[in-house]
Amino acid sequence: MTERRRVVVTGIGPVTPVGIGRPAFWEALVAGRSGIGQVTRFDASDLPVRIAGEVEDLDPTAFMDRKDARRTDRFVHLAAAAARLAWDDAGTPRAEPSRVAVVLSTGIGGLSTMIAQQRTLMEKGADRVSPFMVPALMPNAAAGQVAMDLGFTGPNTCITTACAAGAHAVGEGYRYVRDGLADVCLAGGSEAVITPLAMAGFAQMGALSRNPDPQRASRPFDAGRDGFVLSEAGCLLVLEEAGRAAARGATVYAEVAGYGASADAFHITQPEPQGAGAVAAMEAALADAGIAPEEVDHINAHGTSTALNDAAETRAIRKALGDHAGRVAVSSTKSMTGHTLGAAGAVEAAAAALAVNTGTVPPTINHETPDPECDLDYVPNEARRAEVRVALSNSFGFGGQNAVVALRRA
Amino acid sequence: MERQEVEERVRKVLAEQLAREPEEVTLEARFEEDLDADSLDLVEAVLALEEELGVKIPEEEMDGVKTVGQAVELVLAKQGQAA
Repeated sequence: MTERRRVVVTGIGPVTPVGIGRPAFWEALVAGRSGIGQVTRFDASDLPVRIAGEVEDLDPTAFMDRKDARRTDRFVHLAAAAARLAWDDAGTPRAEPSRVAVVLSTGIGGLSTMIAQQRTLMEKGADRVSPFMVPALMPNAAAGQVAMDLGFTGPNTCITTACAAGAHAVGEGYRYVRDGLADVCLAGGSEAVITPLAMAGFAQMGALSRNPDPQRASRPFDAGRDGFVLSEAGCLLVLEEAGRAAARGATVYAEVAGYGASADAFHITQPEPQGAGAVAAMEAALADAGIAPEEVDHINAHGTSTALNDAAETRAIRKALGDHAGRVAVSSTKSMTGHTLGAAGAVEAAAAALAVNTGTVPPTINHETPDPECDLDYVPNEARRAEVRVALSNSFGFGGQNAVVALRRA
Repeated sequence: MERQEVEERVRKVLAEQLAREPEEVTLEARFEEDLDADSLDLVEAVLALEEELGVKIPEEEMDGVKTVGQAVELVLAKQGQAA
C-alpha cells in the first residue's frame, strides 16, 4: 500500500457562461446570476428549444497558438483557456514537467467538427474532408493539446462518463497526486456541443427544459422544473501535493479529501429511483476521506432540473447523510450555469472548493415552488454565509456512472 | 488567370491556412522550415487551394513541393491543363 499524500486545490480556471476566470465566475454565482440566454451561434428558430448557456467573448488565440486554434474544436479552445487560467491562478508553479499530470474529460468531444465534416463529405466528396477532422473530434484531443501548450509530460488521460466526466477527472487526478504518480495534476473537463443536432437529440429524450424564458428555465428542485438547459464550459483545477504547495506558499482553496465512484447498473439514462448508485458514491467519498456525515455542511448537487434527477438525488442525500441531511446547504449551481455535461463535475468541484474557501454557499436560483419530493435546504435564490467544513460535489452521468468529490477546509 | 493573380491568391490562402502573417509567405518561403507546416497542414492547404483556385492537385504531385513558389508553379500548371 502506497503512502497517502494530502492533495490540495491551488488553482481554479473556469470558462463558463456565467464568467471566465475564477473571480468573475465566483462573483456571478454568489450574486445568483444566470448565464443562460437565447442561442446566438446559429438560427435555432426551427428547434423545439432555443435557449442555451454559451460562453461569450472567448478569443482562443489569447490562450493558444493561432494555428492550433484553427485546427482544433471549440471544446479544445475552452479547455486550453481553462488550463492557462488555472495554471496562472495557481501562480504558475514551477514543476518538473514529467511530474505534472493532466486528466481532462469530455462527455462527447468534437461534435461540431464531426457535423461540419459530415456535411463536407455529403456535399463535396471524400477528397474534401479535412485531415484535421480526426485529431479535432477525438475526446482526448483537449488533454493532448493542454499537455503540448504547457509542456507537461506526466500521465495524461481523458475520461468520458457523460455528465459525471468532470468529477471523475477531479477524483482520478486527486488519486494520481495522492498515490504519487504525479506531484501536480491539472484536472477537469470541457464540453462544447451547442449545436442543432445535440439540442435536437437531448430534446427528443425529453431531457431539455421547454421553458422559453432563458433565465428561469433551469430550476433545480423547484416543482415547476421540466428539464435541463444545455451549456458549454471548460474548467480545470490545479491539484497539488500539500507539502509542495505549502513550501511554495501557494494559496490553497481546499483540500481534496476524498473521492467515491459507482454505477447504477439500472438504466442507460434514468437514475435508479432510490438513488442507490448516488448513495454508494457519496458513502464511498466520505469513507475515502474519513469524514462522518455530520461534518458535511454543503453539497454542490448534481441538480440538473430534470424531474427524475432532482427527486432521486434528494432521496440519495437523505439516505447517505441520514438525519443530518436536513442541516446541509444543498445548492445547484446548474440553476445559473446550465448543464455543461462533461465539464459540469469540474465546474461544480471548483464552486464547492470556493464555498469551502470563502465560507459562502452559492444559491439555487429559480427556486420558487417547493416540490414535496424535494424537501432539503436548497439555499433558495440568495447566497448564504456559512461555515463550510466539508463540501461534497455530486455528479451523475447518463450511463449510470456516478462520481462524488469531497472537499475539506485546508 | 495571370501569374500575378495566382501568386497573390496562393499566398493569401496559405497565410490563412497556416496562420502566418501574409508578408511571411514569400515565394521563397519553405513550408516545413519557414512556415512550420506539418504534413496535415499541407493536405489541408492543398484542399483550400483547390477550392479557391478551382484546380485539382493529386496528392502525389505535392511530394516535391517544398516552397510557396513551387506551389504557385504547380497551380499554374494545373490551370493550364484545365484551360
